[in-house]
Amino acid sequence: MAAALINVPAKARRGDVIEIRTLTSHIMETGFRRTAAGDLVPRDIITSFTCRYNGTEIFRADFYPAIAANPYLSFFTVAKESGRFDFEWIGDNGYSSTASASITVE
Amino acid sequence: MRTTRRQFLSLAGTVTAAGTIPIVTLRPLEATPAMLNTAIRNVVGEAPIRTGKVKLDIPPLVENGNTVPMTVSVASPMTATDYVKSIHVFNEKNPQPNIGNFHLGPSSGRAQVSTRIRLADSQKVVAIARLSDDSFWQVAADVVVTLAACTEEVN
Repeated sequence: MAAALINVPAKARRGDVIEIRTLTSHIMETGFRRTAAGDLVPRDIITSFTCRYNGTEIFRADFYPAIAANPYLSFFTVAKESGRFDFEWIGDNGYSSTASASITVE
Repeated sequence: MRTTRRQFLSLAGTVTAAGTIPIVTLRPLEATPAMLNTAIRNVVGEAPIRTGKVKLDIPPLVENGNTVPMTVSVASPMTATDYVKSIHVFNEKNPQPNIGNFHLGPSSGRAQVSTRIRLADSQKVVAIARLSDDSFWQVAADVVVTLAACTEEVN
């Protein structure tokens, strides 16, 4: 399920620094909270985010429970060539989610 | 033997005291400055950490610690020979001292990352950048949190 919002400029000039913003839907349960009965709620977080630009990794992040629910990320890259950005989120309990966006560089 | 009021009260006091201690011991859910140092050393190793170059934008006072916007930027030309390799963010008093690691490269163009974090208490947030020459630069910011995150009960 593509539960992610991606914001990549559709067009850019070669050499421009562009901002990429991603927001994905995830509970990011810290594993430190307790229910009213005192039971620890098991951890369920996204642990890793990767962004590839035409197959080359350009940005990677490791997440810890201190990242807020529905992780938001903003980072930058140089627009080199037209192509595709692939985004991948990996987390606890086998969580995996992907998304992609394309860009035209002139 | 009938329980007198005095006996009952002292008994009740004992029970309360005994009941309180485990609750207190259940809640050292807080990274200590020592844990913060260990977490930083796990990333940095023995390398010296200099102050400067890194800028941490985070509100000094937040109402809700569950989602605190944060931007880290590093003064770097971001060329093939002089760039930021990674940015690491730590906290002092959450149950765990790490917040996130962000890996960049020369093609990032600008060494800046934004995200939203959780803060369990009023505390210090530390951002450390590793440059391409393997030098480390840091900055710290103090944040006052009115409503804590992480350890509240689930409804």
